[in-house]
Amino acid sequence: MTSTSDERPLLRVRGLTVGFPTAAGTVDVVKSLDFDLARGGALGIVGESGSGKSMTSLAIMGLLPKGAKRTGSIEFDGTELSELREREMQAVRGDRIAMVFQDPLSSLNPYYTVGTQISEAYLSHRTGVTRRQARKVAIEAMERVHIRNAPRRVDHYPHQFSGGMRQRVMIAMTLSMEPDLIIADEPTTALDVTVQAQILDLLAEIRRDTGAGLILITHDLAVVSEVADHLIVMREGDLVEQGAAERIFCDPQEDYTRMLLDAVPRIDDEIGLLRTAAVETGTAEEDR
Amino acid sequence: MIRFLVNRLLGMAVVLFLVCVFTYVIFFVLSPDPAVQICGKNCTPEAIDRIRANLGLDQPFWSQFWTFLTGLFAGRTYGTGANLIDCAAPCLGYSFQSSQPVTEMILQRLPVSATVAIGAAVLWLLAGVSAGLVSAVREGRFTDRFITGLTLTGMSIPNYVLGLSLQFLLVVTLGWLPFPHAVAFGDDPVQWFANFLMPWIVLSIGAAAVYTRLTRANVIETLQENYVRTARAKGLRPGLVWRRHALRPALTPIVTIFGMDFAGLLGGALITETVFGLNGVGKLAADSITKNDQPVIMGVTLLAAFLVVVGNMIVDLLYTTIDPRVRVGSAT
Amino acid sequence: MSTEPLLRARNLVKEFTVHGGGLLGRSAKFRAVDDVSLDVRSGETLALVGESGSGKSTTARLIARLIDTTSGSVEFAGREVHALTGKALHAYRGEVQVVFQDPYSSLNPKHTVERIVTAPLVYQKRPVPGGARAFTRELMERVGLDPDHSARFPAQFSGGQAQRIGIARALAVSPKLIIADEAVSALDVSVQAQVINLLRRLQDEEGFSYLFIAHDLAVVRQIATRVAVMNEGRIVETGDRDQVFGAPRDPYTRKLLAAVPRIRPEWDAARRRNEAARRKRQEA
Repeated sequence: MTSTSDERPLLRVRGLTVGFPTAAGTVDVVKSLDFDLARGGALGIVGESGSGKSMTSLAIMGLLPKGAKRTGSIEFDGTELSELREREMQAVRGDRIAMVFQDPLSSLNPYYTVGTQISEAYLSHRTGVTRRQARKVAIEAMERVHIRNAPRRVDHYPHQFSGGMRQRVMIAMTLSMEPDLIIADEPTTALDVTVQAQILDLLAEIRRDTGAGLILITHDLAVVSEVADHLIVMREGDLVEQGAAERIFCDPQEDYTRMLLDAVPRIDDEIGLLRTAAVETGTAEEDR
Repeated sequence: MIRFLVNRLLGMAVVLFLVCVFTYVIFFVLSPDPAVQICGKNCTPEAIDRIRANLGLDQPFWSQFWTFLTGLFAGRTYGTGANLIDCAAPCLGYSFQSSQPVTEMILQRLPVSATVAIGAAVLWLLAGVSAGLVSAVREGRFTDRFITGLTLTGMSIPNYVLGLSLQFLLVVTLGWLPFPHAVAFGDDPVQWFANFLMPWIVLSIGAAAVYTRLTRANVIETLQENYVRTARAKGLRPGLVWRRHALRPALTPIVTIFGMDFAGLLGGALITETVFGLNGVGKLAADSITKNDQPVIMGVTLLAAFLVVVGNMIVDLLYTTIDPRVRVGSAT
Repeated sequence: MSTEPLLRARNLVKEFTVHGGGLLGRSAKFRAVDDVSLDVRSGETLALVGESGSGKSTTARLIARLIDTTSGSVEFAGREVHALTGKALHAYRGEVQVVFQDPYSSLNPKHTVERIVTAPLVYQKRPVPGGARAFTRELMERVGLDPDHSARFPAQFSGGQAQRIGIARALAVSPKLIIADEAVSALDVSVQAQVINLLRRLQDEEGFSYLFIAHDLAVVRQIATRVAVMNEGRIVETGDRDQVFGAPRDPYTRKLLAAVPRIRPEWDAARRRNEAARRKRQEA
């Protein structure tokens, strides 16, 4: 955590564009995105598949796939990330911005104990740290995400954990460094609903305790409504609408946002027919 | 872990027993009567009967097999009286053509074969894996395409063609290397190396090509894994991401294949040793086939089967130490 | 609703053997489905909900007779499904159809829509009414696809459209029961809503039953007549939809319902008010 608590946002993104060169010219999957994330804020990025929401997070991390072209400005805590060299970006990644991915099983290396994988970041970002210290940090991080028996579990391998516990390990991995910003890309999509609730609670608890900012990327409006205080709705690389979460849920301005909100099946009440854009005409106009 | 070990050892014993049965059936029941061969051209039915009785060939199949099997562990004797031949354990049989126990014949030639095989294995492993790594790093660029092209050539050249061409080029035309003959390492290490270099190259080239492709494919695939992305997201140095998160998972399957290939080397050695006239087990097998010396062919076959089974066993054991998913069961 | 259920499963058990490996390896038995009984009545939608590993998909497979039971019975229209052979089994395969989760992997990528959709009739050795072309066009229209695309391949359709092809294939043989195994789970929310609406409309038109396998309770609420909740191979609660959602009896059902993320009802209410006001403004 840095102590600068001025009015500047933690993250300031301007004109962020991500393009992939194809035979038919560059295809932009993220188109000129502008948004801010306040210190300690929780921003939800919502969209369906192909909306560019995951590419946005990878662009911030500087982890775009080979061949992708990124333009625009990403200012993180006063530093312009797009001007950093790869070496300098490595110092930011994992230390000041950490990321939690969707599928915890495939995101953990099956060949190493979770302790090794949690302490890895600590060992490489802090100089003059002994392995024992790193191990202690790993155990502490595991305890903070409420993994029982952490001193014993630290030597276990990912396949020895359940899906929910694996995601806790992933989150513990980000915590070992006390990052200022955690980006969670569909962190609960691969999990069962009861486990999802626990992981969302855990993320909320961590925000409260550490004051870290959170970007939650999800397709699930119900999930984002429980976590985010600010919202971005994306569609095919475009920013459709952004604003305070409550404002967007209560008074959406764009047709697409309204359609999305209508389409979410509600557990609490039944709508005669789910209202959708095109079903009545039967033309099935979907984006992929 | 111990349970696993016992399990595997028992499984191995069963497989080896079955191999013995099948090999025995094929060689001693389905092939022509060895007594006729031993008896030679001027042979009377009485003489054949005598030889048969002498060798125990008049006994029922299971009885003969039992004698053979106990011979493997405790040694056995052939014939009776003055003609008694002793065959110490492990007795793989007795070659009446060379008047020598098969085990002895094989043991005499094993050092040469082992040198050829181990040297070739080391060579192809080093060459294959490093070429594969280079290829993966330079994926899609010239170096990659060049290496991929080379592997195609390497895989399609038959052993004997490469062996004969190399000999013609390096020995006959350029005179850089001596014509290969077995030199003991202790006598002259330089000569030893110079003499075995060509057989190594010839024997390893095909496998090296396969390993190059395998390594390349594995590394490229592993780099796409989500956990490699996680490692990068942690801000690890690219070297560390590579070493720890890409290489180990990518190279693990190669251990499996290496174990099996190494055990199967004997087949390749047959041609190579023949081409270079090296007096190894492969050459012994080739010669025995020409002379139809059945006990020797069977002995070599059994040895080959034994090596394959043991090789697989070693791979299994190695795997348990390398891959934690095999070593420790899930305890969720 | 008729008194005799269309499908009656009683005390279904399915055990899988987990091998210990090696010659002496002890093999353990894992009970994926443990004493499951359920009825599907004519024209209703029974939703089978549960988390991963609850045994809901295995149950569906047992009912479709895609795998054999360890014990228990499945009766369909009064006949024991797992005793059917020859012609009778063939007929059962026509009366029960399955729609799977991933449309792309359950449709042959090398076949055109026309071939995919008419395949069940071909297997059933039934004539294609009105010829393959006209039949396919009509089916495609019914599931909301452009009938001019009947010569296209699955990869040329979006996920939701491909799932509609899967549904059309199921409809081709006019089944009495459609087993939808997580049929809308992989779809984007807007597409998912369309497919749910389609499934409901088709049931209204045809009167067949659904066995709707799903993990998403909110989706189940939109489509089910009755709900059976599964946990660790067992059904913990069965009841009418409103009872299960409104007054769940089993603690596990309550835990499941409590865990579902919700958009705050007051936000939804506010949105409806704002929406009405907007429409009024537009009319004025």
